[in-house]
Amino acid sequence: MWPTRLAKLVAVAAGALGLLLIQQQSQAQETPPLPQQQWSFDGIFGTYDKAAMQRGFQVYKQICSACHAVKHLYFRDLAALGYTEDQVKAIAATDQCTDGPNDQGQMYQRPCRPSDPIPGPFPNDKAAAVANGGVAPPDQSLIVKARDGGPDYVYALLNGFTPAPKGFQVVSGKYYNEYFPAHNISMPPPLSDGAVAFADGTKATVPQMAHDVVTFLAWASEPNLDARHRIGVRVFLFLIVGVGIFYAAKRKIWAAVH
Amino acid sequence: MADVHRGSGSRIIRWIDHRLPFMAMMQHELYDYPTPRNLSYWWNFGSLAGIMLVIMIVTGVFLAMQYTPSASLAFDSVERIMRDVNYGWLNRYAHANGASMFFAILYIHMFRGLYYGSYKAPRELLWMLGVLILVLAIATAFMGYVLPWGQMSYWAATVITSLFSAIPLIGQGIVTFLWGGFTVGDPTLHRFYALHYLLPFIILAVVLLHLIALHRFGSNNPLGIDMKGPQDSIPFHPYYTIKDLFGLCVFLLIYAFFVFYAPNFLGSPDNYIPANPMQTPNHIVPEWYLLPYYAILRSITFSILGIPAKLLGVIFAFGSLFVLLIVPWLDTSSVRSSQFRPIYKWLFWVLVIDVLALGWVGANPPQGIVVTVGQIATLYFYVHFLILLPVLGKIERPRPLPSSIAAAVLGDAAGVAAPAAPMGRS
Repeated sequence: MWPTRLAKLVAVAAGALGLLLIQQQSQAQETPPLPQQQWSFDGIFGTYDKAAMQRGFQVYKQICSACHAVKHLYFRDLAALGYTEDQVKAIAATDQCTDGPNDQGQMYQRPCRPSDPIPGPFPNDKAAAVANGGVAPPDQSLIVKARDGGPDYVYALLNGFTPAPKGFQVVSGKYYNEYFPAHNISMPPPLSDGAVAFADGTKATVPQMAHDVVTFLAWASEPNLDARHRIGVRVFLFLIVGVGIFYAAKRKIWAAVH
Repeated sequence: MADVHRGSGSRIIRWIDHRLPFMAMMQHELYDYPTPRNLSYWWNFGSLAGIMLVIMIVTGVFLAMQYTPSASLAFDSVERIMRDVNYGWLNRYAHANGASMFFAILYIHMFRGLYYGSYKAPRELLWMLGVLILVLAIATAFMGYVLPWGQMSYWAATVITSLFSAIPLIGQGIVTFLWGGFTVGDPTLHRFYALHYLLPFIILAVVLLHLIALHRFGSNNPLGIDMKGPQDSIPFHPYYTIKDLFGLCVFLLIYAFFVFYAPNFLGSPDNYIPANPMQTPNHIVPEWYLLPYYAILRSITFSILGIPAKLLGVIFAFGSLFVLLIVPWLDTSSVRSSQFRPIYKWLFWVLVIDVLALGWVGANPPQGIVVTVGQIATLYFYVHFLILLPVLGKIERPRPLPSSIAAAVLGDAAGVAAPAAPMGRS
């Protein structure tokens, strides 16, 4: 009687262990866990690092913007990166925006103003798709909030263009990326060492550029984080005082009936 | 009860109150209202739910002033609120996380009712109105989740409305009717918006009925025995107003943590991708507060007596709410509080674990062990309510009840001798 029961128990335990191992192995074939990065905007007192955002904007402007739009951003928003009003105007003026119709009924191009949305590289999604092997590059203005893992994921992806492991068949026209789901990504490796020259003398390594551009994109997807954190601390202090006062009052009022 | 003001109230107020006894009613229902003296902090969640409902309506009205319910503009209008409307981000995060807080409160409130037998006679209708509030809240939250028109919004709307296609013969017609077209689209979004604005006010009306039913016999209490006289009760004000305020402040700390420091923790990243009818997300997962129903829905993977699995899943998922509705008649024990029910006390916690397990199942893709756990947990959910509750009432030997609330709280010296008797079922 006992030996068979014991055998059953062992079998069940082994089965469960097997299931667990299978599950873990299938996970290993997917994407590795994201390395945790240090971000200036982490934690309850976190704020965006303005210097990193300006470098990140430069990376976006000189590299990413060839394919990716940031359609929810306006030039005026760039003031949050620490640029002065005149600098924002100058940045805007380097782009051409469509305006109109004018008195002749024609749409026309003019230099952008701070009140304009930042124009994307393609007139529409179809044009974006046909120019990029059939897949439209996703808009970047919410990308950090729209991915599991947020900034850590985007950072890992930008650094994740490793050689494909032996036996892995990369689909023609695609690239191997360690962190991209199913590993076949349409985007060629966008960053290379020294691809941009930072004005502040920071060395433009791939991890440095990735870190900076992710800081910029995190701001793009959550521009009110600084204010949220600042107000949050005050709300917390206010409520903690409230908890103390109400608790003391409750103790005093209830003293008579306890 | 008119003209009972304690010398407060100006002549104008007394003049009005003589004709429209609103102040007198407030005095009676919020001030003097006799409340058991032994309520624990688990009794804070009723008033918390009421306050949270008001916060949801207020933040919702302000969001509605900036939101555009059209398929081509909804997503961008929400981003506009987040970026360009003054404190729009605060308002939206308060509303989105407020929904989660409201459900957390409702569930704690209901589990408290299950633990202390608050649904038993004479409070059956009070309980049923509460379940009705839950059902309305689920409908409201579901439609609200569709409004930002992100990927999860769109696909949740598609999956949930498609459930009605499981109804034989007329199912597909009903789905087309609900959608206002042949897919989830612009007409669907418009009507969901209209209903999402309407339903909270219906909830408010049901809350009023819930309060009327509550004040008929007063609150249940941790001992589950009736108030037998003035020594068992204290006036609502100041004792419970201050206790509720303290509890509210603690709750707001938790709420504020989510709003200010983890505003997207409870949401899905996919909902920051605009709705795309051509691309299904990998895993379509509802918000956490709907996961247990979702788990039940997906756990029925087989047909019984020719009824297809999909229809059975829908029946069992909705059935879980119906079972709650009839709990007052499923529980045959005459003792309310679990403190005096040695066996039910354990079954209650097993049920809590069971529901948490269903939540875990709902959050994971239905493969391997997840399906098995889901089926066992679904079966146990129904066994608990349909078999264990009715049978347990007949065979369990409850511990002796205290003679009165005052006797139990203040010791026998203060207790006025009253015969111990099982409660309720007159």
